[in-house]
Amino acid sequence: MLLSPALAISAVLFTLGVAGVLLRRNAIVIFMCVELMLNAVNLTFVALAQSLGLGGQVFVFFVMAVAAAEAAVGLAIILAVYRHKQSVSLQNMNLLKDG
Amino acid sequence: MGSGLLCITRKNPIASALWLVVTLFALAALFVLLDAQFIAVLQVLVYAGAIMVLFLFVIMLLNLGRPGPTDIKGPLGLLGATVLAGALLLLLRPLGQAPLPAEIQLPPGTVAALQQQRGMVGAVATPLFDTYLVPFEIASVLLLTAIVGAVVLAKRKL
Repeated sequence: MLLSPALAISAVLFTLGVAGVLLRRNAIVIFMCVELMLNAVNLTFVALAQSLGLGGQVFVFFVMAVAAAEAAVGLAIILAVYRHKQSVSLQNMNLLKDG
Repeated sequence: MGSGLLCITRKNPIASALWLVVTLFALAALFVLLDAQFIAVLQVLVYAGAIMVLFLFVIMLLNLGRPGPTDIKGPLGLLGATVLAGALLLLLRPLGQAPLPAEIQLPPGTVAALQQQRGMVGAVATPLFDTYLVPFEIASVLLLTAIVGAVVLAKRKL
């Protein structure tokens, strides 16, 4: 059984995703790090589905649907912000409304 | 794992995105090893195909590929990220080593037998359209909302 190594890899990938979110300022790269975290959780689901039943694999399906929706809306928001500010750095996104 | 590390440390967003694609392919290979061939195919099609094309499209549309000042935070940010990530890893690690309680485990071979009986896709599809029918329909509404929302947000003038 590959359960324990799979869970270890999943933990490391999730940690890398969190580290990336903390480390980067580019909004698009931060989005990619969020995708990395979602994938780490998917790996956990698949690994546990082996011994706990196929509900886990069904749930991975839903996670992928939510990730696709999130990526589409998030990138649209980044496009809108870029048109407004000519930048995707999070340092420049500190206002909800222009004063 | 190495490609994931490269993904968060590359200066160029395009290099970062391509390393993420490598990571996603490696994850698909792991899914095959874990007896989830259908999910592995979905991973390659949906993630490495659709979502990463969307990312690269936006990066190139915004012309971020040119070399410029790095967006990685300075030594203080690096130290903070490393410490917090290390603490998180220490917290997550015991979860992977804890034994599963025996009463929730299926008898060994149940999943393999199910996949033999219904086929790789059928074993996932049957619970999807049976037990999880309502979440499935909600996911379809969510995707429709995302399409409309993305169009509205990306449009210059309504």
